[in-house]
Amino acid sequence: MTQNSHSNFPWNHVIGFILSIALTLLSVWIALYTSLSITAIIWIIVSLAIIQAGIQLFMFMHIREGEGGAQVFTMVYSAIIGVIIVAGTIWVINSMMHSMSM
Amino acid sequence: MQLDEFFVTGDPLIYGADVSIILSLIGIIFVLTKYKKWKWLWNEWLTTVDHKKLGVMYIISAVLMLFRGGVDAMLMRAQLTLPNNEFLDSSHYNEIFTTHGTIMIIFMAMPFLIGLMNVVVPLQIGARDVAYPFLNAVSFWTFFMGAMLFNISFIIGGSPSAGWTSYVPMAGNELSPGPGQNYYLLGLQVAGIGTLLTGINFLVTILKMRAPGMTLMRMPMFTWSSAITCVLIIFAFPVLTVALALMTLDRIFGAHFFTLMDGGMPMLWANLFWIWGHPEVYIVILPAFGIFSEVISTFSRKNLFGYKAMVYSMVVIALLSFIVWVHHFFTMGADASVNSFFSLTTMAIAIPTGVKIFNWLLTLYKGRIKINTAMLWSLAFIPNFVIGGVTGVMLAMAAADYQYHNTYFLVAHFHYVLISGTVYACFAGLYYWYPKVFGHKLNETLGKISFWIFVIGFNVCFFPMYFLGFAGMPRRVHTYAEDTGWFELNAVASVGGVLMAIGFVIIVYNIYYSIRYAERVKTGDPWDGRTLEWSTPAPVPYYNFAKIPDVHGLDPYWQIKKEGKQELDIEEERLEQIHMPDNSGVPVIMSVLLFIAGFGLVFEWMWMAIAATIGVIVTMIMRSFDPDEGHHVEVEEIKEIERNVRRKED
Ligand code: HEM
Ligand SMILES: [Cu+2]
Repeated sequence: MTQNSHSNFPWNHVIGFILSIALTLLSVWIALYTSLSITAIIWIIVSLAIIQAGIQLFMFMHIREGEGGAQVFTMVYSAIIGVIIVAGTIWVINSMMHSMSM
Repeated sequence: MQLDEFFVTGDPLIYGADVSIILSLIGIIFVLTKYKKWKWLWNEWLTTVDHKKLGVMYIISAVLMLFRGGVDAMLMRAQLTLPNNEFLDSSHYNEIFTTHGTIMIIFMAMPFLIGLMNVVVPLQIGARDVAYPFLNAVSFWTFFMGAMLFNISFIIGGSPSAGWTSYVPMAGNELSPGPGQNYYLLGLQVAGIGTLLTGINFLVTILKMRAPGMTLMRMPMFTWSSAITCVLIIFAFPVLTVALALMTLDRIFGAHFFTLMDGGMPMLWANLFWIWGHPEVYIVILPAFGIFSEVISTFSRKNLFGYKAMVYSMVVIALLSFIVWVHHFFTMGADASVNSFFSLTTMAIAIPTGVKIFNWLLTLYKGRIKINTAMLWSLAFIPNFVIGGVTGVMLAMAAADYQYHNTYFLVAHFHYVLISGTVYACFAGLYYWYPKVFGHKLNETLGKISFWIFVIGFNVCFFPMYFLGFAGMPRRVHTYAEDTGWFELNAVASVGGVLMAIGFVIIVYNIYYSIRYAERVKTGDPWDGRTLEWSTPAPVPYYNFAKIPDVHGLDPYWQIKKEGKQELDIEEERLEQIHMPDNSGVPVIMSVLLFIAGFGLVFEWMWMAIAATIGVIVTMIMRSFDPDEGHHVEVEEIKEIERNVRRKED
């Protein structure tokens, strides 16, 4: 198994794991127990999700170790699929909600 | 909970199933004990990490699931044969079409193809196993336990009944109370872990473990199709995982992601389901394309026409399949711009698919064609799949889809693509690669008989459904009135269904017959094959290749044969020790614990779910601290094995 190059203990993984759990709990808390407006909550938890995705890329997924071209390609491809799914969903659902309320 | 709520009661069909399940369990336990086979079962199969054995177990499970799904299908055809039939009531009918669809897609089609991938891909690329053999065992066992969890629903607790698409609010707590829908959520969730791991495992294997000289553009087409399938799995399955988890939170923990009340969005379920669901239909068709490419090229005795076009069209399909999902719910009320966009993308996906059809035809053109069972399935695929594809394009026109949607026209479309695509491919692949694994061919006469009965039966069963669709018959209805005029076509369809069942029985019988009576193949290359898997002996030694081959072009084994340097000379070659992974009991134990955790959640027995989840975590920790160095096969042992397997060849 790949190990952290400096020490034997997988610090990266442990810290990444703890941060991920903390960020998730924080989003749950914000969504359920604060009285912010829906829009504010959505912006905050989406930002937290993006931060968490970043943490996982660095702590678990060896994003710094990949080989140039292939790494860039997979990251761009993933980003495109991610954007398609999220933006597409918003577009489609909004359109359906809109036509329902007419 | 009362015992008679726990076990499903009241229906003679189900009591029959109970009895046969108990009898077969007793039978299995008896045989294993009588012949002292428990230890053998554990050492050789339950703990194995060998990709070939895992592949065989995948395929056996898939055939069992094809039987289960097939029985469901027969029951539905029996009910629909006559108008106003009272053989099944509506709620029982709902359960049956739900389990039929879910089992056929998730627990039959995908595992069958993944099983063939397991057997074939490492051999085709000249590797000794997959990149992560332990993970591969986890994949199989989580799939198997997920499938079992889903399958027991009809005798314990009751089956899901909201369709394989499980649209909310139908699948929500109000309209589907009780454990049934939970089985769907948890069974798919557990099996989905396995699928996702397979996707990662095989992509890494294909990218990193090819024999020296096998560049990407020299990979066999089945390996290419598997690689693209893995990409689809990796991007599509997380969406299903999340959607299932959200619905589980809704149903068991009172959340409101998809509920009608409290700000939930029922349509979001349909949206997420099909973001996964459309790539999923390509996950089960691309490997099939790969199989047909191998079979057609081998038995036309030509290399594949337009190899590059084949590869690029699959890459395009992989991209496009993520931007067409709305075609499954054109009628749900999106505005014209949304529907037009997804109409166009859907029609566009027919272009790369059409390109591939021409590639196969031109591979056949002027080939020296050899007809056998594997080839027959591949030849029948082409016209039948074209019918499925063309009707797909008809459905893709959003305005027209308002007419076709949720009628038997749609049912006919997806059976034409799934059966004549995926199922024919599974059978073709089974006949083609069977001798590689078991050392004997399947009987050709029985093979051809079953082929004709099944293919004729399929067309008799599903072609009339297009016209039932035009006549307005909706899907998922348990009966219809006499004056609808749907009786004749339904009766014809049922006759076709019976023919398919007979064909299936002959195929299974053929396996039994061939194990008993077929003669051993004398070489590892019974079909005069072109790709590396045929350069190994049959059955393949567990380390696959005594010496990793050098690859110099497409169809490397064909090249080796042409140059006249066929055999590996074990006395002369300088063989080296081979490093192989160790067996492990952790995957099967972990998966049994996942099964128990899932079962606990199905009945909302939290103590059980929590205890088993802790168990799962413990097995993960055990695995993390296991250094697992593997073992070495010594040169002498390799020579010994190779002498034995190759002796019978001369
Ligand atoms: C030529 C390419 C294809 C096109 C244009 C196409 C188009 C469509 C459209 C528009 C629908 C939705 C119709 C409706 O719900 O009213 C549909 C449904 C479906 N298609 Fe296809 N399709 C194609 C190929 C395939 C393939 C290759 C498969 C699988 C092997 C497949 C499997 C399905 C399934 C399972 C459904 C129905 C799902 C359900 O509602 O339960 N299709 N197709
Ligand atoms: Cu689709």
